Amino acid sequence: MLSINVLVAVCLGYVGFLFLIAFVAEKRAAAGRSAWLRSPWVYTLSLSIYCTGWTFYGAVGFAARSGLEFVTIYLGPTLVMVGWWALLRKLVQVGRRQRITSIADLISSRYGKSAFLGGLVTLLAVVGTTPYIALQLQSVTLSVAVFSPGDGAGARPESVAFWVAAGLVVFTILFGTRNLDVNERHDGVVTAIAVEAVVKLIALVAVGAFVVWGVAGGAGAVVELIDGSPIAAWEVAPDRWITLTFLAAAAFLTLPRMFHVLVVENSDESHLATASWAFPAYLLLISLFVVPIAVVGLATMPLGANPDLFVLTVPLAFDREWLAMLSFIGGFSSATSMVIVAAIALSTMVSNHVVLPIWLSLRGQTATMSGDVRYVVLLSRRISILGVLGLGYLYYVYSGGGAALAAIGLVSFAGLAQALPALLGAVFWRGATRVGAAAGLIMGLLVWGYTLFLPSFGSGTIFSETLMTEGPWGIAALRPQALLFDAGMDPLVHAVFWSLSLNMLAFLVGSLLSFPTPLERLQGADFVGVDRAVTSPGFVARPVSTEDLLLMSQRLLGPAEAQSLFGAEAARQGIVGYLPDPTPAFLERLEKRLAGSVGGATAHAMLAQITGGTQVSVEDLMRVADEAAQIMEYSSQLEAKSTELTRTAVQLREANDKLKALSIQKDAFLAQISHELRTPMTSIRAFSEILKDAESIAAGDRQKYSAIIHDESLRLTRLLDDLLDLNVLENGQVSLNIQSTTLGGVLDRAIRAADGQDEPRRLRIRRTRADENIEIVTDPDRLSQVFINIIANARKYCRSERPELTIRVLGDGDRFSVDFIDNGDGIPQRSQALIFEKFARLGDHSRAGGAGLGLAICREIMAKLGGAIDYLPGQGGAAFRVTLPPRRAQAA
Amino acid sequence: MSRAPEPLFLARRTYRRRRLMDAARLLPVLGLFIFLLPLVWGEALGTARAGLALVAAWVFLIVLAGALARALTLGWSDEGAPQRDAPAAAVPPPDKGGF
Repeated sequence: MLSINVLVAVCLGYVGFLFLIAFVAEKRAAAGRSAWLRSPWVYTLSLSIYCTGWTFYGAVGFAARSGLEFVTIYLGPTLVMVGWWALLRKLVQVGRRQRITSIADLISSRYGKSAFLGGLVTLLAVVGTTPYIALQLQSVTLSVAVFSPGDGAGARPESVAFWVAAGLVVFTILFGTRNLDVNERHDGVVTAIAVEAVVKLIALVAVGAFVVWGVAGGAGAVVELIDGSPIAAWEVAPDRWITLTFLAAAAFLTLPRMFHVLVVENSDESHLATASWAFPAYLLLISLFVVPIAVVGLATMPLGANPDLFVLTVPLAFDREWLAMLSFIGGFSSATSMVIVAAIALSTMVSNHVVLPIWLSLRGQTATMSGDVRYVVLLSRRISILGVLGLGYLYYVYSGGGAALAAIGLVSFAGLAQALPALLGAVFWRGATRVGAAAGLIMGLLVWGYTLFLPSFGSGTIFSETLMTEGPWGIAALRPQALLFDAGMDPLVHAVFWSLSLNMLAFLVGSLLSFPTPLERLQGADFVGVDRAVTSPGFVARPVSTEDLLLMSQRLLGPAEAQSLFGAEAARQGIVGYLPDPTPAFLERLEKRLAGSVGGATAHAMLAQITGGTQVSVEDLMRVADEAAQIMEYSSQLEAKSTELTRTAVQLREANDKLKALSIQKDAFLAQISHELRTPMTSIRAFSEILKDAESIAAGDRQKYSAIIHDESLRLTRLLDDLLDLNVLENGQVSLNIQSTTLGGVLDRAIRAADGQDEPRRLRIRRTRADENIEIVTDPDRLSQVFINIIANARKYCRSERPELTIRVLGDGDRFSVDFIDNGDGIPQRSQALIFEKFARLGDHSRAGGAGLGLAICREIMAKLGGAIDYLPGQGGAAFRVTLPPRRAQAA
Repeated sequence: MSRAPEPLFLARRTYRRRRLMDAARLLPVLGLFIFLLPLVWGEALGTARAGLALVAAWVFLIVLAGALARALTLGWSDEGAPQRDAPAAAVPPPDKGGF
């Protein structure tokens, strides 16, 4: 038998080795050579803290008592790991994004950075974990006791537990509180845990291999041995199988130490992918030899031997002392690694969610300005470690160890599983609220405490016998282990069923009925939509002194780091120095950076003290929404502008087409003008050349030629006059000589003027003079010009044998029109629209004296006078109606 | 900030990857199913053979998880930084400037 001294020496040597490993790992990490420290394998191995001393020793005892049921403890985590894509990946993403430091921090951050929820989860964690730590101390003490047979001369259990606890405190404080920022991760601790994971796996596999091939004599023999053992028959209750699998899965996520290694210490999402199959494989290996060890122990050990210690006692019984030593080291590793990580995780929670908030509220508004907060945080964390381990030790001492403690593992699982609804709601349900989470947690905690935790101390200790069997005040429906009515449920199944059901009910109802604060809604969107990269604002611009921020940050992060952080931000903003503008983006980054040190709720509260507001207000959200609306409006404006541009392009194209058409018209006009000018010019030139060159021309001929030249010059002049007239009229430069006159007078003048051109006079004009005695106010010269033109046209074009022009005046007292109707052929319908155009001449050119501008000029004149001239179809001959402008009132 | 609507039909590769994610999400359901099988067959098999069957199922699940993890992380760089295949990522978020 190994002496206790050898045992202690080996133990100390092993611990020294672990210190060395942790120290070297920290050194390497500090030097930036941490590539292998950050490999997925180290991450996977670090998860093995799930397998504690309780599972290392206890699983065999569990199997010896109830067969394969023990395996559910490993099946649950296997399911969670293989389903990493659905849940763990999201948790890790949230953890990185929000710089989550613990499960309490996650729940508190999600539900509006609520300090209350953080405290509540911390309380749950402490209550659930302390017995578990006691259990680890017990497993070490028991294993030590195996090596010092019961004469009592060796080591007293309490002192073993004490020294183990003390050693763990030293290790944890040394390597667990070196860095303040949890997100910087504990390279030393994680590496040491990974080494311990390998040690305990080797130890268990070695004992298993020894049992199978060394004692039983091969795999086949083991199967026969199992068939012949007390646990040969399958006696697993389905409800327990399902409940335990579920419980293990839930605890795997919610145990503070598991959350710590899974989420907080995760440095890379892809490590999860490796761990998703590698960790189940690890669990498989750990549990592979449990049943063989159990049945061999049952077969070979004396009746009444503690099956929990078969892993140690079987090798010892076969005199394999070094194997037993390895096994002891394996158990020791399991216990210590669990306690170390649990202590780190719990101390972080206690410090961030209990000590700091209280400290902050005690210091009030001056909290930001005095002292180096880093020391406060580190000190509180160290004291918390001491406190957590001290509580575990006290629990161990006062619970007296023994069987009562052995059952505490699952009780602890069930307690921490109460955080599951709030946790799942945090990442999957945007509608989950702080009120709902708090209601669920409190409800779960109460029911768990009442139905499982307090009864677990044994009836007669806290709950009396009668209370257990008859319920409080004799109310049978409230019996702790048979709520409502006694269905004969297993107490654990009963407690898990009721606590989680009521927890979930309270959570759902609370969430559905309450209304979340703006911050909760922001965080909810950020958590649930984390894999869709939704950005949510946590801060809004407020007048803040950056110097105050720097002052506070220096106290939390240390001067060098805070200054480099602020300097980098200033550089990003393009500002020289260390004082960037306190933009909301910067405040949010700063808060997340601080959250990595002191937790989300505390960081938010501290920053809020400086920035003024404690929470994002509805107005802030409105402003954020406004900005979004502005962006949308901007884009719709762009859209509108784009359609406007299209429209303009179309208009431009139309304008271009019109210009082209006008250009063609202009060319045609110029060609027409040139033609009109050229014809008289040709005659003038020809006849003037004849007059110039011919020596002898008869006087009659000369007379004739000169007359032609004269006529053509007149025609030319008339054409130019008309063009000028039209140009003046079209450009609106004409000045009217408005005066009062009678219509008859104007007509007289016009007919006289027209008659002057008519030699011999052929056209007969019929008038009704009585109707013409109307006073009008107009420019008589211009109006008579129109009349002259119409009368001259009738003379020129009327082809009747006895041409006749009827002038009729129509009127109703205010508006008058004058119709000129001849008895000729009229104007064909297709040409009626053209006659008012320039150079429009119908049919025979020779008969026309002018250039075809007459009616165009008439139209312009009438438009200037405020009246109109139209062709009047259906009158037998050509008919024009000149509409006079309305008479002015004073003219009558 | 209206997100660009996801396209109705995805490219074949993206489609495969989506189904791979579905498979990864469904794997624990399959695991739960095979872990509940001992409840059905346990009594007939006895502890020894039920245990062996459970180990076989476990190994099967581990192999499956390994294959899926490999397939899912194929495009990831060594340093992590998973490439999201969300089409929305192709659209740079508008510069909000304010928060």
